[in-house]
Amino acid sequence: MIKNQSLVKLRKVSKVFLRGSVDEVTALDNVRLDVGAEDFITVIGSNGAGKTTLLNVIAGVYPPEKGGKITINGQDVTRLSEYKRARYVGRVYQNPHIGTAAKMTIEENLSLAMLRGQSRGLRIATNKKRRELFRSVLVPLGLGLEDRLSALVGTLSGGQRQALALVMATISKPSLLLLDEHVATLDPQTNRIVLELSEIIVQKEKMTTIMVTHNMEHALRYGNRLTMMHKGKIIVDIHQKKKSGLSVNDLVVAFERASGERFADDSIMLRNVDS
Amino acid sequence: MDYVINFLSVSLYEGLVYGFVTLGVYITFRVLAFPDLTVDGSFPLGGAVAATLIVGGVNPWLATLVAFIAGICAGLMTSLLNTKLRINALLAGILMMVALYSINLAIMGRSNVSVLREATVFKQTAQLFGIEHTTTLSVIFMVVLAIVILGILNWFLRTEIGLALRATGDNEQMVRGLGVSTDMTTIIGVSLSNGLVALSGGLIAQKQGFSDVGMGIGMIVMGLASVIIGERLFRPRGVTTILFAVIGGSLVYRLFLGIALRLGLPPNNLKLITALLVIIALAIPYIQKKVRGEWIPPAARM
Repeated sequence: MIKNQSLVKLRKVSKVFLRGSVDEVTALDNVRLDVGAEDFITVIGSNGAGKTTLLNVIAGVYPPEKGGKITINGQDVTRLSEYKRARYVGRVYQNPHIGTAAKMTIEENLSLAMLRGQSRGLRIATNKKRRELFRSVLVPLGLGLEDRLSALVGTLSGGQRQALALVMATISKPSLLLLDEHVATLDPQTNRIVLELSEIIVQKEKMTTIMVTHNMEHALRYGNRLTMMHKGKIIVDIHQKKKSGLSVNDLVVAFERASGERFADDSIMLRNVDS
Repeated sequence: MDYVINFLSVSLYEGLVYGFVTLGVYITFRVLAFPDLTVDGSFPLGGAVAATLIVGGVNPWLATLVAFIAGICAGLMTSLLNTKLRINALLAGILMMVALYSINLAIMGRSNVSVLREATVFKQTAQLFGIEHTTTLSVIFMVVLAIVILGILNWFLRTEIGLALRATGDNEQMVRGLGVSTDMTTIIGVSLSNGLVALSGGLIAQKQGFSDVGMGIGMIVMGLASVIIGERLFRPRGVTTILFAVIGGSLVYRLFLGIALRLGLPPNNLKLITALLVIIALAIPYIQKKVRGEWIPPAARM
C-alpha cells in the first residue's frame, strides 16, 4: 500500500488516564498506525490493552496527549470534536443500546443516521422517499425490520438492535467504520449473522474498517490485516499475504515473541472454544 | 347549570394557558431529560415583561411576544450555564430561577404591576370582533392559540432538528456519534421551553389583571403534575398524542384544583395539594407493583 493512500494516520498517539495519581494508566503508548483506504483491520488484545481507547481517539471521544496527531482523509482531526468528526466515522458499539435510540421508531433512528455529518434543517425528517431508502437497507438483514418501520426500537431484541445499529453506522457511507466488539454481547447465532452482515456491507460499500474483537478466530477470518495490542502498543501487525493461513496457535506464538511475555489471557482462549 | 358551565369554561381556559407551562416542562424533563427549574423564574418573567410593557403603552400583542422572547433568553442562559460552563443542569436552573427573582423585581420596579385598566390581548380581541369581553371569548381565544402552538410543536418535533432534539434526551452518546452537537440541541430545547413558559406567564398576567413577583412559585411542580397526569391518564404513543395528552393533563389538573377549591379548600393550601398530587401520581405505579409482588428497581436519584 502506498503511504499517501492512507485514509487514517496516527502519529505519536498516546493517552494517559488519571495522570499523576497512583492509578495512572497509559492506555495508548506512542501509537503509529496507517490505515489504507482498502483496509479491514482486526484488532485483538487482552482487557486493558488499549483497543477501545484506540477507537475512542480516532472517533474523537477524547483527544490524544499533546504531540499526537490524527489525520483522516489527509485532514488533521486531532482537535476536532466527536460530533464534527462523525461525518467521516461510523461506529458500532459493544452495547446495542448505545448505537440506537430506544424511545424512537426504527424510521426515526434511520433518519437521524442518514443525515450523519450533514446540516439538519426544518424539513420533516421522514417522508415517502426516505422510507423507501430505509426499507431497501433493512431488507438485506433478513430480520423483517423493513415491515416495522414505525416500531419503537426499544421493543427490538439485542441482536435486532445491533443489526440496526450497523445499518445506522453505514447508511450515510462514512469513509471509516469502527466496530467495537460489536458482537460480543450477542448469542452465537446472532453473533454470526451480524458479523456476516458487517462483512457484506463493508465489501459492498468498500468501507475502511477497524474491528476490535476478543475472538482470535474472528480476527483471523475477517479482514485483510490483523493487529494485536498489548499495554497500549500495537505489537503485531500482519498484512494480507501472511494473514491467510495463520492459526490461533500462530497468533499466540506471535504474541509471545512480540511482547516477551507468556500468553495468559484466558478470556481470549475461552472465547475461541465457544465459536 | 350556568354555574357548572362557567366553572368548566374557566377550568378550560386556565388549563390551556397553564398548558403552555406544561408543554415547556414536557420538552425539558421528558424530551431532553434536562430537569430544568428555571420555570419558576421564567413564568413570572413573562408576566413582568408583558405587564410592564403594557403599562408603558406598548401594544399588548407585541408585549406578549416580547415576554415569549424574554423567556427564550432565560432558557438560553440556563442552557449556556450547563453546556458551556458545564454546570449541572439542576443547579443551572436553580441559579437562573434565583437570579430571575431579582431581575423580575427590577423589570417591574416593585413586587406587582396591575394591568386591570390597561388594554390586553383578550380585550383587544373582543374589540376586534365588536363583542363583550367574556369568559367564552377567553376560551375561544385560548383554544385557537393552543391549536396553533400544538400544531407548530407537532411539526417541529418531526423535523430533522426536532428529531435530533428528541434523540438527545434518549441517547446523547448516539446523537454525538451521528454528528449532532448535543450542546446545540440542549440550547434549542431549553430556550424554547422557557419561551413557552414565559408566554403563559404573560397571558396569565393579562387575564388575572396583574403580574406578581411570586406568581411562579410551584410552577415546575404544577407542570410536572400535569405531564404525569396526562401520561398516566391517556397513555399516549407518538408525538401528536403525547402533545395532546400533555395539554389534557393540564386541563384535568385545573379541573381537580377547581373542584377542590369549590369544595371549600382554602386557596392557601393549593401548593400543598399540588405537591400531594404529584407524590400520589408518582407513587401509584410503585404501590401497584408492591401489591402485585413484582420486582421493583432501586430508587433513582435523577
